[in-house]
Amino acid sequence: MVNLTINGQAVQVENSFTILQAAEQMGISLPTFCHDKRLTGHGACRICVVEVKGARSLMTACTVPVSEGMMVETHSPSVIEARKEILRLMIENHPLDCLTCAKAGACKLQDYCFEYDVKEGGYQGAKKNYPIDDSNPFFYLDRNKCILCGRCVRVDNELQCTGAINYNQRGFNTHIGIPYERDFEASTCVSCGNCVSACPVGALMPKSDVKFRQWEVRTVKTTCAYCGVGCQLELKVKGNKVVGAEPVETEPNDGLLCVKGKFGYRFLDHPDRLKTPLIRKDGKLAEASWEEAYRTIAGKMLEIKEQHGPDAMGTFTSARCTNEENYLMQKLFRAVAGTNNVDHCARL
Amino acid sequence: MTNSINELIDADTILIIGSNTTENHPVIGAKIRQAIGKGAKLIVAEPREIELAKEADVFLQIRPGSNVALLNGMMHVILAEGWQDKAFIEERTEGFETLERVVKAYTPERAAQLCGVKAEDIVAAARLYAKADKASIIYCMGITQHSNGVGNVMSVSNLAMLCGQLGKASSGVNPLRGQNNVQGACDMGALPATLPGYQPVSKPEVIAKFEQAWNTRLSAKAGLTVPEMMDAACRGDIKFLYIMGENPMVSDPDTAHVRHALTHTDFLVVQDIFLTETAELADVVLPAAAFAEKDGTFSNTERRVQRVRKAVEAPGSAKPDWVIIMELMNALGYKSMYRDPSEIFDEIASLTPSYAGMSYERLEECGIQWPCPDKAHPGTSYLHKGAFSRGKGLFKGVEHQEPVEPTDEQYPFALTTGRVLYHYHTRTMTKRVKGLEAKVPESYLEISPSAAAELGVKDGDMLKVSSRRGEISIKAKVTDRVSGNVVFIPFHFAEAAANVLTNSALDPNCKTPELKVCAVAVKK
Ligand code: SF4
Ligand code: SF4
Repeated sequence: MVNLTINGQAVQVENSFTILQAAEQMGISLPTFCHDKRLTGHGACRICVVEVKGARSLMTACTVPVSEGMMVETHSPSVIEARKEILRLMIENHPLDCLTCAKAGACKLQDYCFEYDVKEGGYQGAKKNYPIDDSNPFFYLDRNKCILCGRCVRVDNELQCTGAINYNQRGFNTHIGIPYERDFEASTCVSCGNCVSACPVGALMPKSDVKFRQWEVRTVKTTCAYCGVGCQLELKVKGNKVVGAEPVETEPNDGLLCVKGKFGYRFLDHPDRLKTPLIRKDGKLAEASWEEAYRTIAGKMLEIKEQHGPDAMGTFTSARCTNEENYLMQKLFRAVAGTNNVDHCARL
Repeated sequence: MTNSINELIDADTILIIGSNTTENHPVIGAKIRQAIGKGAKLIVAEPREIELAKEADVFLQIRPGSNVALLNGMMHVILAEGWQDKAFIEERTEGFETLERVVKAYTPERAAQLCGVKAEDIVAAARLYAKADKASIIYCMGITQHSNGVGNVMSVSNLAMLCGQLGKASSGVNPLRGQNNVQGACDMGALPATLPGYQPVSKPEVIAKFEQAWNTRLSAKAGLTVPEMMDAACRGDIKFLYIMGENPMVSDPDTAHVRHALTHTDFLVVQDIFLTETAELADVVLPAAAFAEKDGTFSNTERRVQRVRKAVEAPGSAKPDWVIIMELMNALGYKSMYRDPSEIFDEIASLTPSYAGMSYERLEECGIQWPCPDKAHPGTSYLHKGAFSRGKGLFKGVEHQEPVEPTDEQYPFALTTGRVLYHYHTRTMTKRVKGLEAKVPESYLEISPSAAAELGVKDGDMLKVSSRRGEISIKAKVTDRVSGNVVFIPFHFAEAAANVLTNSALDPNCKTPELKVCAVAVKK
């Protein structure tokens, strides 16, 4: 364990901690753009700078390890001025269209500018002017809004490990992109959207067929319904409509999803959904009430059991339904119908 | 899986056999790549050059249906070199001699010939696996969907036991479950011979326990599997069939046979979220709620029981499946009353020893891996620590078997089937997601450049593919992902459906159909 002082308060933390982790342990929140708990500290965006007594310059809290007797100030005047300067440089070349930006309300740049009272860049430098890459069916990249924190590049290369995106060019012209300036569709990208989930601003954004403000949605944590990995995700819900999905940083997926988990919820309100029971009448499926459906099925089951015995009945339950539903279905057939003819497509 | 998903990241060697992991279990695919980034060695054994094959230290492009030959070859090398874990074999296993006897005949040269790979690659794979401190095997349908699927599975565990690569973190045998809740459906007794928790119907004390809990009489006679029910329906022995959330008209082998079976029942009930190809044949169709419209739990491939939560209301008068079944029980005169799924879960926990310590309250923050026998138990991240459930691990020598339907002059191509990243199972959901449909809008046949050249076929040409069971028209995709006479079709599509062609020949032991290989003819 290491003893240090943050903002005049003594604290004891694990040897392996960074200043950022130590501050977090004390409940002090520091601004971060590039930081990702799952990756080693990077220090790219520098917004997390703090003052360390005895150090010649401000240090990035996400990369500097704690040491015995360290004295740290996280919100001293020089720290605050440095953070303001970083934010000014960022918005200097950032389209200030927060009124219509879909990320508003969940944008770290917006939040920190609010927190640090930064209204405008104040320099009259060159503006970025990149075309939007909307070649991917699920998301788009607006490089004009990109703050080059590099989270997307690191998530793609180090966690998703696809390596579709990287930095192109250098200096003022540095931008996130596909090698040889191709677009997403022409890349090795597998549309997992993990870079999109990681973007702290409105640069990598899901395409959406409904407009919503971030503060209009509630989130519901659940389990992906596609493959057996069972990724944990949060559905974003506006009214009675699912409008987005975000990965959760927990077992087993630790903040990753694939294209189906991230974007595959969109079948939910498809007009083809079955909305009412159907019963075959004169060879055609016709709408019916639940009562009629239950009566018909129950009548048929009792009749067949009576005439041919319980083993003339069977069920295929479903690897897509819940445990509770599978349990009840086998109970229905075993306990009520009286047969063990119960199976599902485990083998397919 | 005997291990947890995140244990894979710390494995020293990963052997993937019969799993196209990055497309079928994408997030596990990402974790495997993270492991490679940390220095893990990768062996891939697959008939197709899947994405991960390019990152493998050893890639064995085996003939479809030659898994056992490969694994026996590797074990032959391991024994010849003395790389086996003698202490593990001595303390934890029995039947070693039978294995020794069988694998003796599988020299790397012979195995290489049966598999269509190089002998030195088999040796290299054997070394990487046996010499690793922690080695994990990952497999999927490429192992199970064969007429000798059980033999394949046994061979995999033979290899793991031989090298003592079991019962440790990051070291085990890891079958990946295809659909989200295959694990849970099996756990819940959605199997003909076992009640919840794999308690066999053949045991009188099991039957007595459930009869008391359910207040009814139960049959002790094992039921029929899906393919057996299909056959029985064709014969007129199954008269009433109730299908919940499955689409055998697309997912099952030999579509003509499935149609015949389903239309031969007296009465077919299908409960689903869309009017599937199967629902179209039903006498009654019941509209169900989708995953985001109900509460419950799924059990993932690492045995982790996790909450499913309701986010929105189901459309129209659609109801959660559990509500439908409960109401039907009552209509049949069997009193059944659950206010919400947590009460069903409590009943499950009271009857299923491996779930006994779980409740919705405990699952609230994070899922729990079974076995979790009591309320204080944290769950189990890997199985077989110290001992196997049956006591000693049993070696069983397995002989290589040619596929039931070998290629011949009339049907010279070996067809194998599988999935693609952008679709899921029979596409009922994914075809209704615009972007996913745009990514892979139609079925295709992967054919090797050499075979295509011989037939004069260009990329994009329409082909006629036929087997002894049917014929389809399908677009050619000329690619070196496949080689020689191996061709591949993703099975998702009802149009140009792979399963019109596939063989319903079953493994005699586990009744899994041989979907992974059949003989076909390809014509322009
Ligand atoms: S969507 Fe996924 S694969 Fe594509 S660039 Fe982003 S992280 Fe990489
Ligand atoms: S997000 Fe992808 S990998 Fe995760 S459970 Fe869903 S389908 Fe599987």
